[in-house]
Amino acid sequence: MRGNVRAERLLAIADDELILGWRDSEWTGIAPTLEEDVAFSSIAQNEIGHARALYELAAAELGTDVDALAFDRQPDEYRCAPLVELHLLDWAHTIARRYLYEEADRVRLAALMACDDAELAGLAAKIDREETYHRLHAELWAARLRDEPRFRAAVEELWPYALGVVEPDQRAELARRVGLRVESTQTVQRGQHTPELAELWNEMTEVRRSAPGATW
Amino acid sequence: MTVFEVFRQEKKGQAFQHAGSVVAPDAAFADAWAREQYGRRGESEALWLVPRESIHQVTEWADEFDLKYRRVDGYSIKERLRIARERAGRASAGDR
Amino acid sequence: MDARTQEFLDYVQSGGQVEATDWLPDAYRQKLVKFIEMHANSELMGVLPEREWILRAPTLQRKLALTAKVQDEVGHAQLIYRVAEDLGKPRDAMFADLISGKAKFHNVFHYPTKTWGDVGVIAWLVDAAAIISQKALLKCSYAPYARIMKKICWEESFHILHGRDVVLAMMTGTDAQRELVQEALDRWWGPLMQFHGNPIPRDEDPMWIWRIKSQGNEEARQQFLEGYVPQIRELGLTVPDPNLRRRDDGVWEYSEPDWAELKSVVTGHGPRSQDRLAFRQRFLEQEKWVRDAVLAA
Repeated sequence: MRGNVRAERLLAIADDELILGWRDSEWTGIAPTLEEDVAFSSIAQNEIGHARALYELAAAELGTDVDALAFDRQPDEYRCAPLVELHLLDWAHTIARRYLYEEADRVRLAALMACDDAELAGLAAKIDREETYHRLHAELWAARLRDEPRFRAAVEELWPYALGVVEPDQRAELARRVGLRVESTQTVQRGQHTPELAELWNEMTEVRRSAPGATW
Repeated sequence: MTVFEVFRQEKKGQAFQHAGSVVAPDAAFADAWAREQYGRRGESEALWLVPRESIHQVTEWADEFDLKYRRVDGYSIKERLRIARERAGRASAGDR
Repeated sequence: MDARTQEFLDYVQSGGQVEATDWLPDAYRQKLVKFIEMHANSELMGVLPEREWILRAPTLQRKLALTAKVQDEVGHAQLIYRVAEDLGKPRDAMFADLISGKAKFHNVFHYPTKTWGDVGVIAWLVDAAAIISQKALLKCSYAPYARIMKKICWEESFHILHGRDVVLAMMTGTDAQRELVQEALDRWWGPLMQFHGNPIPRDEDPMWIWRIKSQGNEEARQQFLEGYVPQIRELGLTVPDPNLRRRDDGVWEYSEPDWAELKSVVTGHGPRSQDRLAFRQRFLEQEKWVRDAVLAA
């Protein structure tokens, strides 16, 4: 798997979407209002759907299947950015992460849509179109929470992590979009996982590990 | 928070039908929420979201006099049609 | 009963429906709100046992399907609470009564889920029992409630198919997987048999008298057995009731369900009643600032 640059690239984005989708699905049933609960669940499902589409491309590269990629790797083999791993089950942090991730993903997707990997560019465009609604949602909430101290604090706290989602040459653009500064902080880079990923992975793979190779 | 009534068009060309309501602080949130509650399966062509206070309900009607002349059930042509056909039949038989 | 109420009763008993803006007798309104509130609470509390398994779903397809199913349940809660709100009870008051135990939710959501076998059995059989009750509300005398039941029944049909698919994957899988299903069925059969309520004769059931429901409890249970026992048995599963049998006249006989257990459970003494309510209370309180400061426009 190491030598396959394309697969690595796909896995990084797929893992981001899978783990963030997993985190976002934790809000099912407990969001601030019932109406928001339903809408937020769609976002989580869409993220898993994006992960699945990306895993499909990676699986073809690597000669495996999407579920093996999503579930059967060890925690340290995942390529996700630390931002998505954090356990943030409070609304201010959740929206701060959604907002920052959507901005980072927008920058990332723009680059992918312009890249010369036609298959990946096409999938990126599809994902980007669905992200329109995620962005509207994140912007709606960010605008509403703009003056809330706990939201502003959460954005500042997660900013170093958000920078780690994009490539180094994309960070200035992200900073410009969000109105924060790259130099103000120490980026939490992709490559090192938080202890929270292993905890998440244990729960995520519990049923699957109980019967390896079984069909569910 | 405002109650927004949701009207749903299932297919292009069809009438919008009342489908339910969402409680939201403004139209932007109502949009974000109603589109998922009434469209996440692609089951709606379009939605109309209307604050409840914008809806004026009409439920009382004056029902004093016979208005059947305005409706199909106010007309009974069967008997006269029978007579007219019979008369036309005798007349044409007489032509031969 | 006063004349106006009698006239109302005659009207609904001959198939008449009423709207939120019509005059409703107090007795009807009270029973209606209580029934609707319990239904809404049940959809909301039903999310909690299933939510744990979204996080542990063993394939992406199952994760998506289960998330979508649970999302539907939250959506149903929203639809049903709205009906009760329009009858005059604020959402916050209903949540407060749910947490305090003053208002109830259905028995099945007070029990633990232990394995992926439960996920299949719940989505297939608990949802099947629920859809029978829900179909009996499609002609509810209270029209706003009847109307939302159409959307609910339509969405529930995918849940049952999803549940049966989960069960079938296991029943055609390893011995250990088949055992998961049987073991889950063994635990859920009792609550399933209690689900439709004790066999109060239809003519003594206020829900039937006021035509809120179009069938009695026993009728619903018989419909469940008639539809699903054959489906259970054809997979090689054993229903854990040695007295279960279908008579020649089509009536199902079964061991008397534990009505004391049902009463105890719905009054908050089920194995998971208190910690699920505490979980719900925790998040209601934690996110209250969002509702108060941010959404109160």
